[in-house]
This record gives sequence, C-alpha cells and structure tokens, in this order.
Amino acid sequence: MNTKSEDTWLYTISPKRKLIDLNFKEIWGYRDLLFLFVKRNIITVYKQTILGPLWYFIQPLFTSIIFTLIFNNLASIPTGNGVPSFLFNLAGITSWNYFKDCLSGTSDTFKQNQGIFGKVYFPRVIMPISTVLTNLIKYGIQILVFIGFYIYFIFFTDKAFNVIPQGSMILLPILIIVMALLGLGLGMVISSMTTKYRDLTFLVSFGVQLLMYASAVMYPLSYFKEKLPNLSWIVEYNPMAVVIEAFRYMTLGVGDFSLQGMVYVIVTSIVIFLIGLVIFNKTEKSFIDTV
Amino acid sequence: MNKDTILIAQNISKQYRLGLVGTGTISHDLNRWWHKVRGKVDPYLKVGDVNDRSSKGTSEYVWALQDINFKVQQGEVLGIIGKNGAGKSTLLKILSRVTSPTTGEIKTKGRIASLLEVGTGFHGEMTGRENIYLNGAILGMTKKEINSKIDDIIEFSGCERYIDTPVKRYSSGMTVRLAFAVAAFLEPDILVIDEVLAVGDAEFQKKAIGKMQDISRGEGRTVLFVSHNMAAVRNLCTRAMVLHNGRTVFEGDTNNAVDYYLKNDVQNKSSIYINESPNKSSDILEIKVLNSDNEVSGIFGFEDQIKLLIKLKITSDYLNNAVIGFRIKDQYERVIFSSEKAINEVLNKAGIASLSANLPIATLVPNDYRVVIGYHVPNKEIITLIEDAVMFKIEETGSEMHRYQGNDYGCVVLDCNWQV
Repeated sequence: MNTKSEDTWLYTISPKRKLIDLNFKEIWGYRDLLFLFVKRNIITVYKQTILGPLWYFIQPLFTSIIFTLIFNNLASIPTGNGVPSFLFNLAGITSWNYFKDCLSGTSDTFKQNQGIFGKVYFPRVIMPISTVLTNLIKYGIQILVFIGFYIYFIFFTDKAFNVIPQGSMILLPILIIVMALLGLGLGMVISSMTTKYRDLTFLVSFGVQLLMYASAVMYPLSYFKEKLPNLSWIVEYNPMAVVIEAFRYMTLGVGDFSLQGMVYVIVTSIVIFLIGLVIFNKTEKSFIDTV
Repeated sequence: MNKDTILIAQNISKQYRLGLVGTGTISHDLNRWWHKVRGKVDPYLKVGDVNDRSSKGTSEYVWALQDINFKVQQGEVLGIIGKNGAGKSTLLKILSRVTSPTTGEIKTKGRIASLLEVGTGFHGEMTGRENIYLNGAILGMTKKEINSKIDDIIEFSGCERYIDTPVKRYSSGMTVRLAFAVAAFLEPDILVIDEVLAVGDAEFQKKAIGKMQDISRGEGRTVLFVSHNMAAVRNLCTRAMVLHNGRTVFEGDTNNAVDYYLKNDVQNKSSIYINESPNKSSDILEIKVLNSDNEVSGIFGFEDQIKLLIKLKITSDYLNNAVIGFRIKDQYERVIFSSEKAINEVLNKAGIASLSANLPIATLVPNDYRVVIGYHVPNKEIITLIEDAVMFKIEETGSEMHRYQGNDYGCVVLDCNWQV
C-alpha cells in the first residue's frame, strides 16, 4: 500500500463532529434529491382532492374574511388610514402562514422521516430545506392572490383607498428570507428536541396558535401599543411581528418600519438559524437510537 | 494485482441504552453533560454488558458492538455473518452513516450506498416512474444517472405496464421488485447489502441473486454482504467475518468463516439426545449416534460405520401402524435422504423397545449432518418430531472426491458402475 493514498480518505465516520458541520459540497451533490422532495411535497399534498391546488387560495381567503368580520367589523380594530381591512388581514395572514408552515413543517422532520433516516444516509438538512422551499412556492402563489386583490382594490372599487406601495418594497426578498430562517431555525430546534422528549410536539401545535396573537397579524402594532402599553414589548420584540409590520408597510403603506427593526430581525433570524443548525447537527448523527 | 484498501474500520463500538427512553433520560443527560463540562469521561461509557440477548445483564447499557476492526480491499466482497443480535445490522447502520459509533472511526475512500431495506422513501401517491427518481435520488444517484438507466430499471423490475400508476395500487411483490430494481442499478464505490435475497417470488430472487453476482464479480465492485444464507455467502463472498455478541470472533477465508460459524452454531448440540419430558403415552426416549464399537461418537471417517440407536417407550395406548423415521440434513439444511420403519411388531409389547439403523457406508460426503427424527402415523398423526435431534460430522479421510475438497460436488458419493 502506498503512503500517498493514506491521506485521500473521502470521509470519516466517527463519533466526534464539528459544531457546525454543514458540507455544502455534499448538499450540492444531493440537489436533485432536494428538488425531488419539493416536487413530491407539492404533488402529493392535494392528490385525490377535488379542489386540488385551489386549497392554496381558499385557506388564506377565508381566514381573511373571518378576521375582517370578527376583528374589524365586530371588534372594530382600526387598520390604518384608508387601507381596506381585508387587504390588511390578507397581507398579515399570508406572511404568517408562510412562517407557520415552515415552522410546523420542519418541527417534526425527524419523527416524520424516521423510516427513511433509519435506513439511508443523505444530508439530513435536505429535509427541512425542502419543506421551506415547498412552502415558498405555496407562499408565492398566495402572494399572487394578494396582488390580485391589491389591484382590484386600487383600480376596480369606487371607494378611494389610501394604499401606497413603498419604495422599500425591494427589501421584500430579505423579509422572506428572514421568515424562512426563523421558521427553519425554530423548526430544527424543535425537531431535534422532540426526538428524545416528545413534550414539545404538544407545545408546537398550540404554541404557534398563541404566537400568532403576539405577532401583529390581525391588528396594527401601533394600536396594540396604544391599548396595552405595558405588554407592547412582547409584540415589539417579536421578530415575526416586526416582519409582518414591515411587510404591510412596504405593500400597503401602513405599519412600523425602521432600519433598526430590519437589522434586529436579520440578526435574530441568523442567530436562531445557526442555533437550530448546531442542535440539528448534534441530533442527526445518532437520533435514530433515541427516537 | 495491486489491491488498495478502500475502507478501514478502527475500534468501532456502539453502546445502546436498554429499556424505555423516558423518565430518567433527562437526569442521565444532565449528568453526562456535567461530566463533559468538567472535562471528565462520560460516566455511562464505562458501564455496560456484553451484548448477549439471552442472559440477563446487570447494566442498563449494552455494547452492541465492541472493538470491531477490519479493512476492505478494492473489489472485495466481504461477508458478515453471525446469529441474530450479533451486531451485524448495527455495524451496517454505522457503515451507512445512519447512526454514529460510540467510539472508533471508519475511514473510506469511496461512496457507500446501502440496500438496508429496499423501498425506503417510496410514496404511495406517486407513480412508479416518479418513485424511481425519488428513490434513486435518496440512494444517492443524480437525476442524470437515473435518466440514463431508467429504461433498464423499468425492464429489470418487470413492471412496465404499471409504471405510470401510483405505487399504492401495486401489489407488495411489485413494489419490492421496483425497489430492488432501483437499488440494483446503483453504482456506488462500496455497496452494503443486508438480506435482500428474501424478497419477491422465486423467479425474481434468481434474477436478484444473478444481478448481485454480476455486481460483485463482473463489475469488480466492493460489496459488504450480510446474510443468513450460508450458500449465498459462500457463493458471493471472497472473505468473511463472523460476529458474536458484538465482537469479531473470526475473520478470513469465506469457507473457513462459514465453517466456524456453523460449528459454533451446533456446538451445544451433541450426538446424544435424551427426551426430558416424554409424553405419557408412547414416545421417543433417547437417540444416540454410535460407531462400529457401539460407542457414542460425533465424528466419523468417510468409510466408518454410523449407527442410529432409538429408544422408544411403548405403552398400552399405542397407535396402530406407527412408524419411526429419520431424515439426514447437511449444514446447509439440504435434506440428503429419509428412511423409515414400520414398527407394528414391537408396538404390542408395552415397555421399552430399541431400534437401530445403519447409515450407508462411504456414501455421505464429508460434512456436518443433522438428524431429524419423527415418530408418526403416516398421513394421520405426528406423535413426536425432533428437529436436529442429533448431529455428527464426517471428516475427509480420503473419499474418492477428496481432491475436490471445498467444491460442491454433491451430497453423496455413489458408485455408478462405470463401463469402459
């Protein structure tokens, strides 16, 4: 055996691992798998349903209608100067849904894929990434619906609505990435913890519900501050609330938007994502023994 | 030929925790973490029993694998054999990176792909074709690779007609065929195979074994092969390793390894069988293998006389037309021949009867044999059936075929009355 070949090991399987062990080259090698998973997720969700992908539209539309009826018409929460409350709610709900779907989709990665993970190796992180990408497509479709109603309200209604798209809209992709990172990061943390301690699964299902109320989805942050000044920090420091407010500011011209806010959410989302990645990495190598 | 080492495993050990993972885990985890923080050794690594399923251990932790070392050369087919629970699957899981070892490391120069269980990641709602792509990608193929092989895969599976039908409508056999077809066209540097021979119908099994032989022989692929099928191991592997309770107990030439495994498997069986709890009515009491001096023996030469002695208890409520029969099996569970005797003449005398049978001399080829004894009324009732009641070994002491030792030239040596 020549000594030269001693150094050319492709990889080593050992108990020790680096803190963040993300092999981008390897993930790139598995990109086809990533796309196939995304494809699978999309085509299998609404198989054998009558309405099929129409469900993508139905969910946010009906939720927005209900929210408008309950929160705006019944509880008369103001949605800002001259912005149609339906549009206000639709903006909040589509964005919130994207985050929520990323979070709940990735949070049971290990449990859901126990079968595959127990038999074949591929970079585990492919799974949560595919969930985030699948939801991104869904989000994209829902954004189109939003744009449709947007145009309708501006051009085809008699009432003069005061909807002003802002120039900062070019930052929209950053908001989307922030939401994806937040959902993915939290999801990875939860999925890692649930392999051993199942308690968290119960937390996720109703915790996400509760979190929505603290994320300025159905009310403007300014109104919350005005009514409950003592508790407003909960919403103010909630990165999702900042994102949703910024989203509404960019598209509708109402809401809280500041540079500090943007920096805050970008930093938080990256930190949460990194924490998620570290925990996920630690878990993936031996979760199959404890799941 | 200059052979390169493609894979090295050093001191591989794997520890498992027994019992329920639930209450108590968090305290162990905290304790473990506390030791780690202070720079001390994991306290739970020290405890732990040898992995022996049958004996009750004292510790909550067991070693499923302990200090496994081996090297695999390029193009070699390494068989891994052992009883259930010997640690074979754990080793394969570590090799295929499904779980990581507790200690030790494995270095490899090639991509490892496993056929741990076929059909992983099949989605019932998707068509056969879509599943081929998905499954192929899960096993590490790129879309380009699959594109170039898709026709071969479909043809090999024999599911052309149903390929655009959702897999949930397939029969289980078809699903397995399709899954194996995908896996068979994988081209990793090292292929890990675990017991896939047990799938599909006979026709497909033949096809699968043939394909496996092509992979390992023709294409010079490195294969790690785990199986209980000793004939398949002998056929396919160039070298083999025997695991016992998580340790390597033998490593070397395939035939020697298989022999070692089988011998240890039969070790606690002997050439005497005593029925410890006979039926109240008529039953077999004792079986012995005797040599020409009427002494109990387990090892015979090729031309030695081998006698089976059966002691029978006869009671008044005997069954008419009962017979005593035996069946000789070799170590691969092949039945060599059977013989039986009607015992009506002894049945009407209550007491103990002895029967003996001489096996044909110089007929059975050198091998290990097991004897199945049956006491029954043909086609009516089985009174007692004792699998592997006694065993004996015939050593190669110069049969006609001795120069072909190691080759499979049959189970018996017969005089064919050649004429020239």
